[in-house]
Amino acid sequence: MERIYLDNNATTLADPKVKAAMEPYLCDRYGNPNSLHSFGTEVHPDLRTAMNRLYRGLNADDEDDILVTSCATESNNTVLKGVFFDLLRGGEKDHIITTSVEHPCVANTCRFLAGQGVKLTVLPVDKDACVSADAVREALTDRTALVSVMWANNETGVLFPVAEIARLCRERGVLFHTDAVQAIGKVPVDLRAVPVDFLSLSAHKFHGPKGVGALFVRRGLKLSPLLHGGEQMGGRRAGTLNVAGIVGMGLAMELAVDHLAFEDTEVRRLRDRLEDALLRIGDVLVVGRRELRVPNTVFISVRGVEGEALLWDLNKAGIAASTGSACASESLEANPVLKAIGAGPELAHTGIRLSLSRFTTEAEIDFTTKTFTEAVARLRAISASY
Amino acid sequence: MPKEELIGGALWDQYSRKVAERMDNPKNRGELTEEDAQRLGGKLVVADHGAESCGDAVRLFWVVDPAGVILAARFKSFGCGTAIASSDMMSDLCVGRTVDQAAKITNIDVEAALRDTKDVPAVPPQKMHCSVMAYDVIKKAVARYKGVDLSALETEVIVCECGRVSLGTIVDAIRLNDLKTVEDITHYTKAGAFCKSCIAPGGHEKREHYLVDILRDTRAAMEKERAPQGPQGFAALTPVARIKELERVLDEHVRPMLASDGGGLELVDVREKDGAFEVFIRYRGACMGCPSAGHGTLMGIETALREALDPKIVVIPS
Repeated sequence: MERIYLDNNATTLADPKVKAAMEPYLCDRYGNPNSLHSFGTEVHPDLRTAMNRLYRGLNADDEDDILVTSCATESNNTVLKGVFFDLLRGGEKDHIITTSVEHPCVANTCRFLAGQGVKLTVLPVDKDACVSADAVREALTDRTALVSVMWANNETGVLFPVAEIARLCRERGVLFHTDAVQAIGKVPVDLRAVPVDFLSLSAHKFHGPKGVGALFVRRGLKLSPLLHGGEQMGGRRAGTLNVAGIVGMGLAMELAVDHLAFEDTEVRRLRDRLEDALLRIGDVLVVGRRELRVPNTVFISVRGVEGEALLWDLNKAGIAASTGSACASESLEANPVLKAIGAGPELAHTGIRLSLSRFTTEAEIDFTTKTFTEAVARLRAISASY
Repeated sequence: MPKEELIGGALWDQYSRKVAERMDNPKNRGELTEEDAQRLGGKLVVADHGAESCGDAVRLFWVVDPAGVILAARFKSFGCGTAIASSDMMSDLCVGRTVDQAAKITNIDVEAALRDTKDVPAVPPQKMHCSVMAYDVIKKAVARYKGVDLSALETEVIVCECGRVSLGTIVDAIRLNDLKTVEDITHYTKAGAFCKSCIAPGGHEKREHYLVDILRDTRAAMEKERAPQGPQGFAALTPVARIKELERVLDEHVRPMLASDGGGLELVDVREKDGAFEVFIRYRGACMGCPSAGHGTLMGIETALREALDPKIVVIPS
């Protein structure tokens, strides 16, 4: 059976070009770049190329630091715990602001820090599943150390006003961090235009490999490392460099940036085509205004149809999507994003996320529309609440 | 923890083939009408049940003949795949049974019927919760058929609905096995092993009884029963009961301390003399010949027994 992958916010296919670029670094050029001999030094030019691609992709300044990490979870932990050690633990500041729809790697780390005595403000989202800069402004105090607001939300695809929030934080002398995992490769991320202090990303979300990510640190900023050890990454992040991963992430970044226009036109066109078709089913609700979302995501709730059941039918037809339904989680906990946007029990149990990539085809979208429509008809016929 | 838990995400891997088949093609889905009832020669019974925390809703239709036998059963369900599969199996189990027999069908029977092999669960632990809805709606149908209140059918207090473990079972397990943690309760009774709502407030759904409270209250009651009622308490005990109490306090407070130094002690006798209690002990292991055994250690033992049982206890090594 031909399968269709519409779960690109969870992870993506590594671009075949990325795979080809990484292969030599496993069996052939396997040296440790920190070694003095030729096995180590021969990989330096390629590492430099990869790092240049990362800097260019984010439009970072040479004086800024882009630390390679293992994933965005590590990057986010590094920022939050680093700021805790640098500013909060000693009592210089006492406050962190974040949102109610952050990924667990931010939300749970913030909760952990709150357990260490940090005051935490968790901003709710509005009916568009968004947070305004004004809400951040009102929450700021003289003792705020850090504001952490994601660039785009993983479930809904909703874009947050990070440029405005970053400028606000800059004016007020407060550090600003953004988890940009869902933004890279979907919308332009220009760090000369947007004055963030810290930014996290993960390669596997933009057709790079799993197990490698990055943390952007604005020039001159102090940040205690999460991983202490050797002198890799200038002593800011210890651990033998993941050469194949770095090479793969560098190329994936370059390809992602090269495809931004394609993402904004072609991927958006297919997403809109899918969304329009699903809206025609009737009694459905799409979360977040279209113009406020990244071009690849649609989060839709279908009245009377439980999410896991719909996902099951889609999967049977070879279509991969994702659901926020509590019934599909290990803990039976309702999806935090759905709870945060004030979704009633109905929505909290019916949400399905479809996320496209630059590899998605029109035929796939049309097949998905047909399958989705049939599955809804079948499940609504069984449903006791429709 | 099991390797599977380290990998995670194996929800669907753990559904039985029967669950999958019934999710794909629930043969009892749909409705029964008054016309169906007339045609079959029975009475139509319709019952609704909604599980708010799940957002789930199920409607059960029965046609029951004058002798009380269920001739046909259908369901409609807003719920996840396992809720649909459970409702479908539950409908099968109703047909051919009397209403009284159906009233005894539990979610555990439904889950057992959905197994491919006898000792492999049909669904992962947290999804047992989805089968509870099938049980609840049967109860509602029985109440509707008999024209009685639902509470008239409740014969016991169920704490863990997924595993159908009653309050009585849990309290007995705590008392008989001297259980001290919630994990112990789960290990002995299976309560709390499924959706975990009944362990403590704040879980998937709100419950009337929580294991943490039951454990705390039962332990408190046990302590109270065990503790002597002041000095008169120990004095009022029979000689055998006194020895039991002394052994208990020695086990809890003294022997672990001695054992950590490689020593031990034996309780030899207890005698009443001039209003005091002489407790004769014999040291064992490293305590024998230890200089402290006649001084510091001895005083420690005496203090422990006096505080726990009676201030007039005198400990005499022999």
